[in-house]
Amino acid sequence: MTDESENLRPRHDLRAQDVTLAYGDRVVVRDLDLAVVPAEVTAVVGANGSGKSTVLRALARLLSPASGQVLLDGKDLHRLPTREVARTLGLLPQSPVAPEGIAVADLVGRGRHPHQRFLAPWSAADTAAVADALDVTGTADLADRSVDELSGGQRQRVWLAMVLAQQTDILLLDEPTTFLDVAHQVEVLDLLTDLNRDRGTTVLMVLHDLNLAARYADRLVTVCDGRVHRVGTPDEVLTVETVREVFGLEAHVMPDPITGRPLVLPLGRHARLARSEQLPEIPPVTVEGRVAAQAPPST
Amino acid sequence: MTAVLTTTSVVVAGRARRGARRRRVLVVLAVVALALLAASLLAGTTYHPPADVLRALAGENIPGASFAVRELRLPRAVTGLAVGLAFGVAGTVFQTMLRNPLAAPDVIGISSGASAAAVFGIVVLSLGDTAVALLALGGGLTTATLIYLLAVRQGFAGTRLILIGIGMAAMLDSTVTYVLSRASQWDLQAAMQWLAGSLNGASWSRTLPLLLALAVGLPLIAGQARNLQQLRLGDDAAAGVGVPVDLTRLVLIATAVTLLSVATAAAGPIAFVAFMAGPIAARLIGQGDSPVLAAGMVGAILVLAADLVGQLATGTRYPVGVVTGVLGAPYLLYLLVRTYRTGGAL
Repeated sequence: MTDESENLRPRHDLRAQDVTLAYGDRVVVRDLDLAVVPAEVTAVVGANGSGKSTVLRALARLLSPASGQVLLDGKDLHRLPTREVARTLGLLPQSPVAPEGIAVADLVGRGRHPHQRFLAPWSAADTAAVADALDVTGTADLADRSVDELSGGQRQRVWLAMVLAQQTDILLLDEPTTFLDVAHQVEVLDLLTDLNRDRGTTVLMVLHDLNLAARYADRLVTVCDGRVHRVGTPDEVLTVETVREVFGLEAHVMPDPITGRPLVLPLGRHARLARSEQLPEIPPVTVEGRVAAQAPPST
Repeated sequence: MTAVLTTTSVVVAGRARRGARRRRVLVVLAVVALALLAASLLAGTTYHPPADVLRALAGENIPGASFAVRELRLPRAVTGLAVGLAFGVAGTVFQTMLRNPLAAPDVIGISSGASAAAVFGIVVLSLGDTAVALLALGGGLTTATLIYLLAVRQGFAGTRLILIGIGMAAMLDSTVTYVLSRASQWDLQAAMQWLAGSLNGASWSRTLPLLLALAVGLPLIAGQARNLQQLRLGDDAAAGVGVPVDLTRLVLIATAVTLLSVATAAAGPIAFVAFMAGPIAARLIGQGDSPVLAAGMVGAILVLAADLVGQLATGTRYPVGVVTGVLGAPYLLYLLVRTYRTGGAL
């Protein structure tokens, strides 16, 4: 539609400064310093229970820091009005609930909430935003269907459409690919990449799958035992050592033959045995050499 | 561009279609509620023709009709309407907020709290109508706060709240039984009548606090209707689209409990109205839309219709709560069976 104006939208700055996050007395994340780089796709990875979802919850204003601050454009996120935050930050939580029997277009329309004034009627801008979100996510032909009838992949696209209808500069997604088969996982991640490239949307998501994270993210954040372990490009971050430290897993890391991004092959006990006994000739692939050859993106 | 245009028209058409259905249902419900209100004025032990009723309402003195219409039937009908409205709205607010049809205030013990306080006021303290209403309000709010505090530890969990509420209801109901066992013969009869949920004792002095509560509470809830609908997406998603979750919940709980408690004081805990109205309304207007207004009307229809049936259907005059109980109990069973079948937890 209006690509230029979309690209000229102001970039918002979201960062956590020296944040401690706790549930009750139990500290889950400490010393969190993280700036979400505007107009990039960032993936947060880490083991179960490492605190990666908690980091996202803090950035999304769902959890107040026990100490430290989360800043949106330099202002304390938790002191800004909810509605104002919701016009800048879109959130797709892990398991949202679709009201029984709701039509797809109506669910997507729920994303317009922060733009609607008290008692004001539904506007043409609302309709346009919903139509655009349906088109972008390829769910326009489902508009009048009930969300209950949809497959998992379709449903996830509809939820994404709802968050897109919110028209925010920053998207935060908590494991947007869980429960989806591999084709639908790729579909959702492709869609997020499109948004990032076409509209400059800043994306921060928690992902389980290291290889998909390496493939789709400009920047990886690894979280380990409640602390940010490393931050950087997939090439910088995703090494044998990182996988060992973050997941306690022995792995073989090699460049993905298609994109050149790092590809993690987990080695279980059996594969380790096979490597040491039968395939001693596999060279330990270091990604550094290729990075140097490729001229890394300016940082 | 054409794709966007057609999608726009699909969105517009869909919204128009669902909006039209909603308006149609609301109009039909309003007409039915008013018709029942009129019927409650016409019918009773003796039938008075519409002309007489209208003249009596206008203040004319018609022997045999004026007293019955003005002093008995009008307060009774208005109380029925107001009580049904309050129960329906309060019930659907709780059910929507907790995303569970079982979370109606008459299932999770808030009605029991109001009842226990009111029975105590009637039997032990021999209080007047307004004082009983206030006491019931105190009982309802205290119970709701207790349930909330017990359930809210480490996040707000709907299922735990429902189970705690059911336990609380059992405790409060046994308190009521204990108070009744100490009551004198005369008080016992009055209290039992009231506990069954009855419009027999309806009077302006009982209805006035309720009308006041409705005048304040309905606009408050209407103002939160959009936020309430967003809460159905889950607390995180609701916060994500800009709903101040805790504040919204506080306003809605306080208002709904007030409506429910004052209505309970006016006519007793009429069984299952708060529990049934919301789901019926949601089925009629289609899910996804705010069911609050429709649920209020369905509540009013249920109470007025049940009262007419209780008065006229058989030789015996049953209190309205008996009739709604007969309707509501099987519905509760159906809901439990259906939840079990679809594999859901509570």
